[in-house]
Amino acid sequence: MLIKKGAEANLFLERWHNKKVIMKQRFPKKYRLPEIDERIRNYRTIHESQLLHHAKEAGVSTPMIFLVNLKDSNIIMEFIEGKQVKQILNKLSFKERKHLCRQIGELIGQLHYSGVIHGDLTTSNMILTRNGNVVFVDFGLGEKSVELELRGVDLHLMKRAFQSTHFLHAEECFKAVLEGYAKVVGDEMTRVISRKIIEIESRGRYISERRKVNNDLSSKG
Amino acid sequence: MPKFCLGIEATADDFSVGILDFNGNVLANVISAFIPKMGGIHPREAARHHGKVVGQVISTAFQEAHVKPEKLALISFSQGPGLGPCLRTGATAARALATYLDIPLVGVNHCVAHIEIGKLATGAKDPVTLYVSGGNTIVSAFEARYYRVFGETLDIAVGNCLDIFAREAGLHQRAGMPLGAIVEKLAEEGNELVDLPYCVKGMDLSFSGLLTAAIRLFEVRQYRLEDLCFSMQEIAFSMLTEVTERALAHTEKREVLLTGGVGANKRLQAMLRTIADEHDSRFCVVPKQYALDNGAMIAWTGILAYEHGKIIPVEKSFVRLKWRLDEVEAPWVGG
Repeated sequence: MLIKKGAEANLFLERWHNKKVIMKQRFPKKYRLPEIDERIRNYRTIHESQLLHHAKEAGVSTPMIFLVNLKDSNIIMEFIEGKQVKQILNKLSFKERKHLCRQIGELIGQLHYSGVIHGDLTTSNMILTRNGNVVFVDFGLGEKSVELELRGVDLHLMKRAFQSTHFLHAEECFKAVLEGYAKVVGDEMTRVISRKIIEIESRGRYISERRKVNNDLSSKG
Repeated sequence: MPKFCLGIEATADDFSVGILDFNGNVLANVISAFIPKMGGIHPREAARHHGKVVGQVISTAFQEAHVKPEKLALISFSQGPGLGPCLRTGATAARALATYLDIPLVGVNHCVAHIEIGKLATGAKDPVTLYVSGGNTIVSAFEARYYRVFGETLDIAVGNCLDIFAREAGLHQRAGMPLGAIVEKLAEEGNELVDLPYCVKGMDLSFSGLLTAAIRLFEVRQYRLEDLCFSMQEIAFSMLTEVTERALAHTEKREVLLTGGVGANKRLQAMLRTIADEHDSRFCVVPKQYALDNGAMIAWTGILAYEHGKIIPVEKSFVRLKWRLDEVEAPWVGG
């Protein structure tokens, strides 16, 4: 049964060996050339399964993988019962929201600390289970890296997700994420990353702070 | 008595004046493009061009629209984002007209105008918009008073990427034939895919690596220019389509709007139509005459803003070079 038609893959809820499972199927995309399409689907299917595993090693809950089928570009994995953070975040109280965002920040910190970049940190890709655990899903755009730049982009995407989907609470949410993040990677590293995020954002179009940031960066060498 | 608005667009290389009535009928849309002899747009030279043609373009617009200056109710102008000297030239003309005719002045955000003209021309109500041009690459959708940016380029715009490559490859822009159109034509003759970097970060994009790689491959002279153009388009447009689809899946809107100069590209249109169909959404593409920078879109957005009281006094009508799409409150959008 199709439960989510994503941009990249479709998710099916199936029974498989008497288990409730998710089959993540990357269908061919008709809009792009078959060469490009195959390259992307193959790459992402392999990397996603590897990263789901690396994330577990980092202490971040992710769905259990049961089967990776490269020929059909699909992954069969555990079905996680719970609610998307996207659906509940705006409904929480200030305190609950702060708590949840800190928890998310800690988990992102653990991923980064272990050299895992999620690649698509949005609140749709986090599931809050009944016992209060946050499970990260969809590592299709992720990669293994310890580069500061990629960590910065990862957090920038999280910030952008708050700004577009949770705009009323964007600032407090991202602040709490960084607080949680700092608990894992330390204050100094978080300061370095925060500066990196500003630098990344200042490369974008029409950032009024661009000139100021560039001056700051060059004066600091 | 019908009311009319005159809009002045001068953010980059095009100087354009549009005249619309308040029902959204375009009565004139005159565009004068600055075509550099070599290289890209030099802001000062573009502004000099605008200064030279401003009188002619405005009077042609009045003639085409059969509207007398005294009949205007409103002047609007592109207040940003864009190149400083160009914006100031347009703003100066707008202030002069508004002061002389003693009518209100409205400053319009150029990116909002591209979306609004797309909605007016296609009837789209609440789309996910892909706005692609030489200066911008933005995926946005309206949520609670603002056009929210879901994804955008982290470095250069897709049109800029294609333009710079074309210039490096020795191609020249001609009147009525922008570089993007020349690349599109060459790409139709290409068929061999050259390996180039595909760079999507969530819903954000990066084109600078693609550009550098393509220029390097051109310089080794082992590939046909047609194949390079073809591959650049295929890779860049696949990236754009992927992030637009991601925004569509995320927002669950029922319309996809393609707007901006690169929106005139047939291959990009075909790709976006495919994903719109897959998500049971309506695909809308801005007609060619409103894809490039134009005065009509500024006039129309000026009318929408004016009807919500957003007029600005001349002494506060400074241009805003880095005015972001998501900084503009848009009370005229329902929902």
